[in-house]
Amino acid sequence: MASRTAFGALLRARAAARTRAVPSSFATRRRGYATQQSEHSMTVREALNAAMEEEMLRDETVFILGEEVARYNGAYKVTKGLLDKFGEKRVVDTPITEMGFAGLATGAALAGLRPICEFMTWNFAMQAIDQIVNSAGKTYYMSGGNVPCPVVFRGPNGAAAGVAAQHSQDYAAWYGSVPGLKVISPWSAEDCKGLLKAAIRDPNPVVFLENEMMYGVTFPMSQEAMSDNFLLEIGKAKIEREGSDITIVAHSKMVTHSLEAAEELAKEGIKAEVVNLRSIRPLDIDTIKKSVKKTNRLVTVEGGFPGFGVGSEICAQIVESEAFDYLDAPVERVTGADVPTPYAHNLEALAFPDTPLIVKAAKRSLYRAN
Amino acid sequence: MFRISRLPTFAVSHGHLPTSQSPITPKLQFFNSVMEDGKQIPTYRVLDGTGKVIEGAQLPDIDEDFARRIYQNMVKLPIIDTLLYNVQRQGKISFYMTAYGEEAAILGSAAALAADDEILGQYREMGALLWRGFSYDEVMAQCFGNCEDTGTKGKQMPVHFGSRKYHYHTISSPLATQIPQAAGVAYALKRDPSRRGRNCAAVYFGEGAASEGDFHAGMLLASTIPSPTLFIARNNGFAISTPASEQYHGDGIAARGPGYGVQTIRVDGNDVLAVLAAVREARKLCLEEGRGVLVEAMTYRVGHHSTSDDSFAYRPRQEVEDRKRVDNPIARFRLFLESQGWWNAEQEESYKAEVKKEVMQAFKRAENLPRLELQEMFTDVYGGDEPWNIKEQREELKALLKKYGNTWEPWKAELKKYRGEGKELLEA
Repeated sequence: MASRTAFGALLRARAAARTRAVPSSFATRRRGYATQQSEHSMTVREALNAAMEEEMLRDETVFILGEEVARYNGAYKVTKGLLDKFGEKRVVDTPITEMGFAGLATGAALAGLRPICEFMTWNFAMQAIDQIVNSAGKTYYMSGGNVPCPVVFRGPNGAAAGVAAQHSQDYAAWYGSVPGLKVISPWSAEDCKGLLKAAIRDPNPVVFLENEMMYGVTFPMSQEAMSDNFLLEIGKAKIEREGSDITIVAHSKMVTHSLEAAEELAKEGIKAEVVNLRSIRPLDIDTIKKSVKKTNRLVTVEGGFPGFGVGSEICAQIVESEAFDYLDAPVERVTGADVPTPYAHNLEALAFPDTPLIVKAAKRSLYRAN
Repeated sequence: MFRISRLPTFAVSHGHLPTSQSPITPKLQFFNSVMEDGKQIPTYRVLDGTGKVIEGAQLPDIDEDFARRIYQNMVKLPIIDTLLYNVQRQGKISFYMTAYGEEAAILGSAAALAADDEILGQYREMGALLWRGFSYDEVMAQCFGNCEDTGTKGKQMPVHFGSRKYHYHTISSPLATQIPQAAGVAYALKRDPSRRGRNCAAVYFGEGAASEGDFHAGMLLASTIPSPTLFIARNNGFAISTPASEQYHGDGIAARGPGYGVQTIRVDGNDVLAVLAAVREARKLCLEEGRGVLVEAMTYRVGHHSTSDDSFAYRPRQEVEDRKRVDNPIARFRLFLESQGWWNAEQEESYKAEVKKEVMQAFKRAENLPRLELQEMFTDVYGGDEPWNIKEQREELKALLKKYGNTWEPWKAELKKYRGEGKELLEA
């Protein structure tokens, strides 16, 4: 299997960036995904907001806490209007201490409530990682199944735009490695609504990794997804686009680029299958295996660092399984560059995968000349 | 002119800041004490070293039965500690922590709580569980992780107890995480109409743990998002090897309370009646105001930090011997009980003999009980539907058991230690 060096990833990213004028990461702001006619549509932000509102109406024990989630409506307005609807007891502004309010949320969950703990960004949740991993993630097991901890930790994850290294890290791999946690990385508005509702109802601690760049993106919503009982199963991936030539697995914003890449590839007669992971833990490896057995080729795409990442894990699980025998080309991971994210616009653009880079990797896998 | 110069400066009012009640002063003056006179925070005490009530102190409301029950639980602690400390030294359990010297701080506070107040301990508060009725068998089951360990099912280190029945949250090893969690537990109590104003969350921690950010966050949260959280600091003088004098430069933990707008008291932690009275009052305040209250109990850790520590490497043996002799919380309370005619030497001897016998019996029983079922390895990682990765690991072990369980000697011998000898896994 191709286990390209991280530096290689950076070089490939550079090469790709030279080929286009506008970084496609900015395209998501302009483009919606109403590709088919749909009666309903929602932004990711609205979907998250609706999920929380519906679950708060359904269950008295659900409450939200975090920095400026109440009066200010959330740093990214995801909790907009909830204070007015549910009052101060259930939408709680906290002082600025991540370890503190993550600890309060964990304690409240251990005592029978269902808190939704919003981090202004997952980058700041590093201060609270002990509460998430050691307390929330392990107490059910270490209490011999006596004390569940049904808490949802949520907030924007990964790189945004122009906010440098300390605001631009993807934590999917970090939390994805911890038994006891469930980890979700949604992409579309439907993903966000169905999975956040499922996370709130789940008896386990759930890490919910949103993406700031996706908050304002509009998606069509099915009639089913508009229902207040719309739930998506945690641990199940979704095939966003069917294809028979190559499997592209992505999560969060990278699904956007992967779908764009599939569109590009289609112009050359290449049918790419795009798998939206939705969940990081449990990882739906069965869906990926099934797809690989059909296409015989696999490229993984993520916004995180290359080493010990989501792509690394998928690659390892594929080569350990019977799907290995179906591979006609090395698996390739397309990832962020192995450097702390730079601030300067041009450097930042080089540090993350984009659509042309995914196209390149897919073609390489198909032994097509670029 | 003369008259004006005689006026103290503060008598001239310059008003206060528009956003607070802080008076404007022309005097450039620093301060480094929360007491008006600049002195250290006083320590509340009821009994002197000989068990007599000090002048001006009031005895807390306490009858003979209650007093004897507190004393008896204090006596139990070092007996259990000595046995399990030695059991650890023999390699039969991996770890142990004694509570020598802190019996009054633990039992005095536990006795001041309602039986269904939530306790979030640090690790050295087994006495609070004993007070609530935790049996010797339950202590042993947890420390050995045997099949009767219903509280932690062999998944937690020794003395990291947990009991739903006794409202005792499972101990968490990373220091101080229980402190902000207590603010969350108390928040949940406040949200529950059947427990609001009736129960508090009592959280124990050492003066060392109070250096962790979690302590500061917990105090801040219990006051800004008001919740009935009772903070009980056991200032036992040492954070493993670091003496309290190196742990902080200020006036202990109590000085921090007012900084967070938290009602605070410092108490002689080796005087069980002072601890009882202070925590009772603290609990009352906590429930009435629905906010955090802080009690700093001044005590001395006579034992080593844990079985992983040898404290004579950093403190003279003589210092410990002196403290044991001069300020022994158990002896101090016994002298009081004797002065009331509630206890005597004969009862002392027979009670200790009885406890020793029962503890020994519980230990021998626990040692010979099988471990929990082998399948416990995989249970309770997740609530609800089991993810595939857990199922897959169970299947893998099951396949290995099928292949080697009945044929390979080391496995055959190992399986006998588990209740059910792994059969439940094969049948699953």
